[in-house]
Amino acid sequence: MLDFRPDEEQKMLTDTIARFARERLRKVYRDAEEEGEIPAALVQAGWEIGLLPTAIPEAYGGFGEYSSVTGALAIEEMAWGDLAVTLAVMAPNLVAVPVMLCGTEAQREEYLPRFCNEAPPKLTAALIEPLVQFSPYRLKTTAVREGAEYVLEGVKTFVPLADEAEAILIYANEGGHTQAFLVPAGTPGLTVGKRDKLMGVKALTTNLLTLSDCRIPAENKLGGEAGIDFSLLLNHSRVALGAAAVGVARAGFEYARDYAKQRVQFGEPIAHRQSIAFMLADMATEIDEARLLVWEVAWMLDQGQDATKEATIMKQQIDRMVVLVADRAVQVLGGYGYIREYPVELWLRNARGFASFDGLAII
Amino acid sequence: MISFEIPPFIQNQLQLIRMVAEQAMRPYSRELDENEHARPQAFVQMTWPFTQEMVKRSLKPLMEQVNGGNGSNGSAKPKREGPDYGMVNFIMMIEQLSWGDAGQYLCLPHPMLGGAAVDSAGTPQQRVRFLKKFTEGAPKWGAMAITEPGAGSDNSAMRTTAVLDPETNEWVLNGEKIFITNGALALKESDGLCVVWATVDTQAGRAGIKSFVVEANTPGVSIAKQEHKLGIRASDTVALHFDNVRIPFDNVLGDPEVQQVESRKGFLGAMKTFDASRPAVAASAIGIARAALEFTREKLAEEGIVIDYTKALHELTAVERDVIEMEARYKGAWLLTLRATAQMAHGESNRLEASMCKYRAGDAVTWITQKAVELLGPKGYSREWLAEKWMRDAKINDIYEGTKQINQLIVARSLLGYSRRELK
Repeated sequence: MLDFRPDEEQKMLTDTIARFARERLRKVYRDAEEEGEIPAALVQAGWEIGLLPTAIPEAYGGFGEYSSVTGALAIEEMAWGDLAVTLAVMAPNLVAVPVMLCGTEAQREEYLPRFCNEAPPKLTAALIEPLVQFSPYRLKTTAVREGAEYVLEGVKTFVPLADEAEAILIYANEGGHTQAFLVPAGTPGLTVGKRDKLMGVKALTTNLLTLSDCRIPAENKLGGEAGIDFSLLLNHSRVALGAAAVGVARAGFEYARDYAKQRVQFGEPIAHRQSIAFMLADMATEIDEARLLVWEVAWMLDQGQDATKEATIMKQQIDRMVVLVADRAVQVLGGYGYIREYPVELWLRNARGFASFDGLAII
Repeated sequence: MISFEIPPFIQNQLQLIRMVAEQAMRPYSRELDENEHARPQAFVQMTWPFTQEMVKRSLKPLMEQVNGGNGSNGSAKPKREGPDYGMVNFIMMIEQLSWGDAGQYLCLPHPMLGGAAVDSAGTPQQRVRFLKKFTEGAPKWGAMAITEPGAGSDNSAMRTTAVLDPETNEWVLNGEKIFITNGALALKESDGLCVVWATVDTQAGRAGIKSFVVEANTPGVSIAKQEHKLGIRASDTVALHFDNVRIPFDNVLGDPEVQQVESRKGFLGAMKTFDASRPAVAASAIGIARAALEFTREKLAEEGIVIDYTKALHELTAVERDVIEMEARYKGAWLLTLRATAQMAHGESNRLEASMCKYRAGDAVTWITQKAVELLGPKGYSREWLAEKWMRDAKINDIYEGTKQINQLIVARSLLGYSRRELK
């Protein structure tokens, strides 16, 4: 019944991730951003927290404790540390969760045990297309059935870690519906293109992907003949992105709050002024509200309810909130906010991405 | 354990409340808006049996405790197993009633804010003594008198005095109070009560403030003015004049220590009232917001405009984007309100969250109802429909129980760990 307090197990998990975020991610995020590379050991350490194996059903070697609410708590905490590393650590989810939720028995047996190993499997997914008018429900990449095969055609972008992936889950438009197809690396017609140059999350490698007469066996279609419930997957993805955005916003808020308390002008901390203090109050309120919107969708998904409407409303609110909060954080720091020695400009750049990140994370 | 599930007993009750809203409130909304000081008879008659039961339920554990005679003089909190969802129930009822009509909802025959004050600052004996009459007889109202012409958000400027007359052991109240919801209903038109904030020492600022219960028909209390308002016109809003009003010593709320003239603890108890009343105001705001949102969606649907939630941003029209933003702000503010309420159910402090939800909900409903009038075009502006009334009703939620700005200040101080001196 009505309660907004994480339980003891969830608190232990978020404490563990908070420590990882504070002691590991916050130490390296700026260098990783400037160098465009995440230390491999960091991704491995993030993997070892064991989020994904915990979620995989016991029959496939996991612990069978999949919960979207718990996932949201975890990803917020990690994204507070750094968004780019979080997206890298969570990349295997992009295949694991869709297979878990929509895969056929054969697909589950083939893929799910791989997510219970000591190192993360090199698997990723491609939804986003390099278009102004990108729409997840009306993709331009097509899948056409020809006999025992599907033929994929189109261009994808923002595909995380595509350069080293062993297989990629590719979303495509089949007769007006978004479906997903497991495409092994090296399949003729699948080309991993140049690395994307993005405004933020620069530490994360993402690539352009082209599909030209790319043929795969029909059984590689996720969910078999029936296909997938794409809304369900997109809703799960929006929980992950929503929670990550809350983490980024919270990072900005906390930094601005602490700065405002120690920055002295006119003989007292600037936080003594309502113009600053009220900005901080609004930021905190926006964040709390956004988090509750995310939790509600996550909870509905855990209850097996359709949350498409709620997830859409939540996502639009989140996209607005995270930019607003990150922008205010830069503003509170004034000139220093614009300088790369301080983290807030990085968070503003990352924040702006959420409106374009549909499908870039899933929990 | 995070859960958004509403207890089934509340869900069942909400269906009943919805019926009250549809049958006893909506049909009279326009009429009561146009005839400002008329009373919502149908609503009062229909809800009184119901509110009596609610008060009975909340007093039951207290009466057992008070009558138990365990020598603890009743100052200990009543023992309870698990969370108390009574406040969640009340908050959801307020939301549904305000969906019906926010002005009429405020006329609910119930202790209301006066009851919240008695519950927050009173001892179990006082709660039973003052609230028991709300479980019997004819409809009654409770009210709370805080604001004065020279003391709005700044309580320390309060000039209404309470002086103890040692000969009769009575408090003598003198002063002027304004903006009192249900003041006339509570003190003149029923056997209700009004909780009055007064100072025992005008030099002591907030520390001198205590809360006193003035019961109906006490000599010396008069209605100085009935206000004419922008909205919530069905609600009774008066100015009260206190002229040597004598009340028994035990009508000062609090335990025997707080009751003493020298005690400076009265104000803290009085402020606790807001922890419960602010989520209540937020819930009322949300009810209006939902009414406006549902009506707008319905009218747009009649024009063939139905939101497709699978559309990407660039596929939506400006109107569709507005509706989605209305939904987002409505839902967000509602969840903040539920959170502050759930904290009460679980016995946790909610001062920060109560202010947060109140200011957010007041802000959201103001914007949402204004947007509804805009999206409905000339018809939205017409008094033929209720949208324009809801917009006028909504605005009060941005103002009473602390303006948006005062609540932002409370939130900001709490987040920064600042005192009133550090953040003015």
